[in-house]
Formats: sequence, C-alpha cells, structure tokens
Amino acid sequence: MKSMGATQEEYYRGVRMAPYDLLKELVFALAGVGVLAVLISLVLSSPDVAPVTIATWAQQDPVDLVTTATGELAGSTTSAGYGPPYNSASEGQSWGPIAPQKWFGARIPIDSANSFVMQPLQRASFSNTDLGAALSAWQGASADQQSKWLDAYTKALADATVTDGKVVVATGEYGPLPLMMSNLLGVAQAGGLDGLLVINGRFYQTDYTQPLVFMGDGEYLAGLADEAHLTGSLWGMMNETGSYPGQTWLWLYTMWYQVFPFNSDTGFIGLNADNADLGIIILMTLLTAALALVPFIPILRDIPRWIPIHRLIWRQYYAPRKVAART
Amino acid sequence: MDTPASYVHWGFILISVPNLIVIGAMVVLFAIALIAPFPHAGEGDDVGNK
Amino acid sequence: MSATSSLGGTTPEKPNSWTLRLRQAIDRHLPMDHLLPDRQPYYVGSWVYVFGVVTIAALVWVVVSGVVLSFMGPQWWHDSHLGKFFNSLHFWSVQLFFIFMVLHLWGQYFMAGWRQGRAATWLIGVVTFGISILTAFTGYLSQQNFDAQFIAINAKDAMNSAGVGAFFNVLNFGQMYGLHVMLLPIGVTILVAVHIVLVRVRGVVKPIDSEGGSRS
Repeated sequence: MKSMGATQEEYYRGVRMAPYDLLKELVFALAGVGVLAVLISLVLSSPDVAPVTIATWAQQDPVDLVTTATGELAGSTTSAGYGPPYNSASEGQSWGPIAPQKWFGARIPIDSANSFVMQPLQRASFSNTDLGAALSAWQGASADQQSKWLDAYTKALADATVTDGKVVVATGEYGPLPLMMSNLLGVAQAGGLDGLLVINGRFYQTDYTQPLVFMGDGEYLAGLADEAHLTGSLWGMMNETGSYPGQTWLWLYTMWYQVFPFNSDTGFIGLNADNADLGIIILMTLLTAALALVPFIPILRDIPRWIPIHRLIWRQYYAPRKVAART
Repeated sequence: MDTPASYVHWGFILISVPNLIVIGAMVVLFAIALIAPFPHAGEGDDVGNK
Repeated sequence: MSATSSLGGTTPEKPNSWTLRLRQAIDRHLPMDHLLPDRQPYYVGSWVYVFGVVTIAALVWVVVSGVVLSFMGPQWWHDSHLGKFFNSLHFWSVQLFFIFMVLHLWGQYFMAGWRQGRAATWLIGVVTFGISILTAFTGYLSQQNFDAQFIAINAKDAMNSAGVGAFFNVLNFGQMYGLHVMLLPIGVTILVAVHIVLVRVRGVVKPIDSEGGSRS
C-alpha cells in the first residue's frame, strides 16, 4: 500500500513549484487580523446590556410577577406544564414515534409551585407569624378550595392596579392568597427572591435554572426581548442587542422558524409550530450531515464543476499562455 | 452602538442592518479575492519537487 | 537519528520496535519538508487560498483574548474598562473567525477541495465548523448579561425538545462556562491541528479537470 508521503511526491510530479513562504504568511495574517480586531474593538466596543433581576421585574411590573406566581400555584404556567426534563406534566414535543424529550425523564426536577412560591415564602415566614398563619391556611385547605381561590384571584389580577409598588385587586374571596402574594412581592422587590431561587438553601451556586425558568414564565423579560428584536418570530437567534452584529452563522437554523410548515398550526406530515423545535433540529442535523458528506453525494459534489468560479481561482493554470506572456 | 439596530424587511426575510453589513462584506471580500491579482515570487521554478 | 536505510520504502521485514515503526510512518507520511514546505504548486496563486490562514489567525486572537478573560474571571469585563476592551477583542475576533471560516468554506467548496483522497480533510472542516458554533453558543451563554439570559431561556426549548437538554443545561452557568473555556476550545484546537496536518500530508489539491492532464 502506498504511503501518503510517497503519494504526494507522485502527486506533484511534473507540477511546477513556486516559492511560497507559509510562515511569513501566518505572521502577516496574525498581525493583520490582530490590528483589525484591536481597531474595531477600540472604536465599536461590545454589547453588554445588564441582566434583568427578579427585583427589577417585581418593581417595574408587580402585577406580572404576582400573576406569574399565582399561575405557578395554579399549574398554568409554561414551566408547570412543561414536561421533561423539569417534570412529567406533559410529554413534550414529538414527531410520530420520535420523542426524545421524554426519553430521559425529569433529570432537572422543578416543582414550580413549591420552588417558586411555597419554599421562598416558608423561608420568609421565619419570623413573620401572619405569613406563617396564611401559609398554614393555604396548606390546610382542600384542593377544591385552593382552586376556587386561585380562579377568583387570577380573574381579579387581570384588572389589578399598582399603588406604592403594591398590587391592588377588587375585593373578593381569595383566601390567604393576597397576603401570600404581597409578601412574595415584597421579598422579590427587595432582591430576596433572586437570592432564594438561585441559592436554593446552599451557599455556593453556579446554576441559574430556577430564577431563569421563573422569569421565563412571566411576560416582563419576553417584552424587553421583543423590543430588542431577540424573539424567534423576528429571526431573533441571529440578532444581538444594540447595533452589533449577531450570530449570522445561525441564519439557516433560524430561517426555518419563519417558513412552512414550522410557522403553521396545521403544518405538514405532522410537522408544525408545536413541534418546530424538534423538527428543525432533525432537519438541521440532516443538512449538516449532508454538508459533511458532500464528497460522497452526487450532484452536490459536482456543482463546483458546473459553476466556473474555479476557473477564476485557477486562471493562471487554465490559461498558461497569458502567464508566460506576462513576464 | 447601544441604540437598537434598524431592520430590513424583504418578504419573509427580516435582517438587522449590522448583520446585513457583515454578510455583504463577506460577499464583497470573496469577490475581491477571486479577482485580485496574486503576486508570484518567481516564474518557471523547479519542476516536480524536493 | 535518520531512518533506516530503506528510506520511504519497505524493509524486507517489519522492525519489532513500535517506536521505530512510528518514526518511520511519520517520516513517510509527513517528513519535515512536507510539514514546512517553502514551495507550493504554482497553481496556489489566488487570494482565496489566504482565507484558511486568516481563520487560524483569528482563532489565535480568540484564544489569546479568551485566556485573559478567563484568567481575570467571568465578572471582570462588566466592571473594568480594560476588561471591556478584552471582551470586545474576544467578541470581534469571534466575528472575524466565523467570517473567514465561511469564506474558506465557500472557496473550498467551489474548488471541490475534497477530491483525490481529501474527503477526510473536508469532513473534519465541517465538524470543526459545528464545534465552533457550539463553542460560540456556550460563550454567549457565559456572558452573564441580558443577552445571555434571553438566549438561555429560549435555547432551552430547542435543547429540551431533542432530549439533549436533560444533559446540557443552558441555564446552568457553571456547566456552560466550563464547556466554553476548556472542553470545547480543546476540541476546536485538536480538530484544527488535524485539519492542517491533513492538508500538509496530502498537499494542495490540483485544479478541477487537471487529472490526467500534463500541464505543468
């Protein structure tokens, strides 16, 4: 079997060679790209919009925070009904028998009602007897009674107003909910809920799953993102805050979200807006595999022969007489 | 640079001006690389190798 | 120090020493004057050929600025002007890296660079592209700002839908940061090194339809 080194000798046999300084080329490239990067950095800087905190959310849109927290108790939020990997409330996305979302179970367990509302309130009730009593009343009530209070309170929140940073609703039968929620809001506005959700009873922490999922359940963060054009229906995956370029290389991935069947409710062959995430990942995996295997795919590997760009790149080779005349 | 970008809306395509500039610059760079003359150190050097 | 007398050819019997056999294989496949040639075929005469090396140059600046950022910790650039500058350097080097890499991809596609035994080089190039995207993704998630928050909250749905989210939690800063500063850059560097070695081993592919021709 011929060794590849020997093959290169044979490969270049009869081919005219010319001096070419690879190391000089590398050094020039390093210097050139370096100067370019430094200049652009000095002139344009980089984007850094400060993160949203639950405290900011609670201060800027207390009704939304209380509505979201109430929804967590009612099990009506996105996270409460998400399914794997957070819980088993639903099966997640699937396309026929392809349902990888549920294959691995709830490996990142989140109990929305407890994690986001009850446990923080229990901690906050340490020396707050009124709150303690409200929590006992809540936990002692039947599921039926809790539902009635939740329904009534949720409806009332739709018309809630804000006075001195507190949420005010019309009078009604809400049980201990208003007291629980006003305490939760107070803790949130003071920054305590950010801490409680991240730390989760520990000291060191690098996992922000809980506060991010909680914020994702509300409308406040999504509203800010919409203004910054980061949301999916606006090709958001490619975009960046401010006037900076984003991840342009994601153009094809984000494009599919804007086209049929992934933007349609009815869809095609079982692919639609509901399982768009899964459908698009499958599609992009296939397309990426096709790109990697271009050398083996007829037509795709022949296109370069049909498009004469290579004749420009190798014009000295294809028209040697012109080269000789150029001395 | 922290003010929101402008967007170009063409059919179903919605692209930010900064992203459009990047892609446009890439196409222009590729075209220049195809056309620009490349300096050769010397003509008619050794045939074969080593 | 030189190889045995059977220079590049085959000995009557294979030597028993693995070390010797490895050295002989390296001498055959990638002798020094193939690794660092001072000559190229004359058809390497277009600026399109330069996109590969400027991609490497951009990657070097990505790593250098990344090393500075990781040395000072993930919060530094939010609080310091110098930190902000290094973050900008990292941000724009990444933009340049992807710009030049895609231009290199376009060039290699239209030159059909995979021909004559170079399919592995092409394949590794595409894999490198994919791993680079993953590296950039974990980088965006490590920014600890609004952009990172929103990307995390949305990307989780895609990851979860594919079952990947159970193991790759985009909301877990610690996991994303560790992948971004260590595991993935090691992957990219190894892939790029193998890619370059393959180019040096095989040599630069000949022009299309030159096979069988006798042009010099």
